[in-house]
Amino acid sequence: MKNLQYKDIIRRYGILIGLIGLIIAFSILSERFFTISNMLIVMRQTSIVAFLGIGMTFVILGAGIDLSVGSVLAFSGAVAAGVMQSRGIFLGILAGLAVGTALGAFSGLVITKLRIPAFIATLAMMAIARGGTLVYTDGRPVTGLPSSFAFLGRGYIGDIPFPIILMLVTFVLAYIILKLTRFGRYVYATGGNIDAARASGIKVDNIIISNFAISGFLSGLTGIVLSSRLNSAQPTAGMGYELDAIAAVVLGGTNLFGGEGELWGTLIGAFIMGILNNGLNMINVSSFYQQVVKGIVILIAVTVAQSGKK
Amino acid sequence: MKKLLLALFLVAFLGVSVFASTMTVGLSVSTLNNPFFVILRDGAIEQAKVLDIDLVVMDAQNDPAKQMSDIEDLVQKKVDVILLNPTDADALVPAVEDANKAGIPLLTIDRSVNGGDVALHIASDNVKGGEMAGAYTVEQLGEKGIVVELEGITGASAARERGQGFDTYIAEFSGIKLAAKQTADFDRAKGMSVMENILQAQPKIDAVFAQNDEMALGAVQAIKAAKRQDEMFVVGFDAVPDALNAIKAGDMKATIAQQPWMMGVLGVMNGYLVVSGVELGIEFIPVPLKVITE
Repeated sequence: MKNLQYKDIIRRYGILIGLIGLIIAFSILSERFFTISNMLIVMRQTSIVAFLGIGMTFVILGAGIDLSVGSVLAFSGAVAAGVMQSRGIFLGILAGLAVGTALGAFSGLVITKLRIPAFIATLAMMAIARGGTLVYTDGRPVTGLPSSFAFLGRGYIGDIPFPIILMLVTFVLAYIILKLTRFGRYVYATGGNIDAARASGIKVDNIIISNFAISGFLSGLTGIVLSSRLNSAQPTAGMGYELDAIAAVVLGGTNLFGGEGELWGTLIGAFIMGILNNGLNMINVSSFYQQVVKGIVILIAVTVAQSGKK
Repeated sequence: MKKLLLALFLVAFLGVSVFASTMTVGLSVSTLNNPFFVILRDGAIEQAKVLDIDLVVMDAQNDPAKQMSDIEDLVQKKVDVILLNPTDADALVPAVEDANKAGIPLLTIDRSVNGGDVALHIASDNVKGGEMAGAYTVEQLGEKGIVVELEGITGASAARERGQGFDTYIAEFSGIKLAAKQTADFDRAKGMSVMENILQAQPKIDAVFAQNDEMALGAVQAIKAAKRQDEMFVVGFDAVPDALNAIKAGDMKATIAQQPWMMGVLGVMNGYLVVSGVELGIEFIPVPLKVITE
């Protein structure tokens, strides 16, 4: 009986224990690691993966996968920057979010109406959006953004960097949608057993399309924040970020086959990725080894989470 | 060169006297997936060993967002000086400003940034490289002959500067005639097709200068196809492996090589000087290039 409880704790909170363990380890290895200013920087760096991870959680809970987030991020960021140059910040941001949402919804439509697996549909979108970005920007960074746009990625409210606040607000809204609305329950139901969900009258196609639209919207938001942070929209922005986002979701304990998982797990997963990036830099681990270490940590975390399961 | 020697002397002097204490230099490289920057890093490591200071190297993997985070981490580590080889001229401006705000001096290597306070910029002097190519060509021709030039992407700084150096140099010799000057966008295939057209138009050519090796290699193909390889020689720029092989095989005559090792060495050395409080009195150190003929 006791053993069972222990396993339950590991399963539920293993990832949190892992995060705390990493923080303690890095704090011992580097005196500069556990300072307020460094922790704020880690959180700001993490916000990028967290936005994408939150969107990815919706998609994966619904038994899908979205490989296009990095490219959609780049396209949205580029369009936002381009529109902003001539029509101002507000319309620029709106255009970026609209592009992201539309591309996400389009992937969802292809998956549900044309019955193409999410892996393939979003792989195609990954190529389309990256190509679209290069066409739109002519392969060059979009620069000359309004100076007040810098607030989004580099501003502060009090002592807290704005992206952190945006991340927390996004998390709370997503949590409410997932936990307290009928839509959220349908997302879990669709991912858990799509036939049962359909039989019980849930319009599963709409749920899946919405999931991808949410992922697209948050990719768009990420692209805009990144453009602000880098003072320019980069045509190559976000390359490989889909893997970071998926890793954050998986680290957070969400079942890759859908139906089961928690949003806070994704947030912790994103933090683990961010802490690893920052902490390994702090203790002078060569960038080549850093990638190896990250891969090993993901393996360990998933193995531990598995072992806690019955 | 005088300044370089002066700097070397100062390093030797400072090294043995007051500033023997430890210092940490942070080096953020755009990508280590390119031999050029690996050699740059190795030069920096070597120089750090010589000066007995700590060097931290970070690889941005060509992602400006990662490089921005790397710089933030270096600022948090409170390194004494940052050497930045930026992935993008605009995207890294906020990172430079972060370092400025933290009072950490920052030097740029090989590529520059469009804002913030940069203590020193270290890069190849492309104008000088163009001059060297011009000097070599003029010498080989015995100050007399017909020359053709293949230009890089219009408006690109490397193309403008290399062309400027070459053109200004050869203009001083009345026996040298620049018969054609056309752009081939730094591209091998375009280098070939543009050279084909020039070969049709020009009955006599003695030398070809291409502003990079890719175009030079394309031109070599066109010249060989026209069976006119004994009539003229080709000079390139960059010293890429293919070009070095072409020089060995006798298809190309020379190329101009950048010296990434020297960039790394100069970066660490001058970072050391800046931290030690030496007023450099200059904003740009041109890294010497060299002519490679074998």
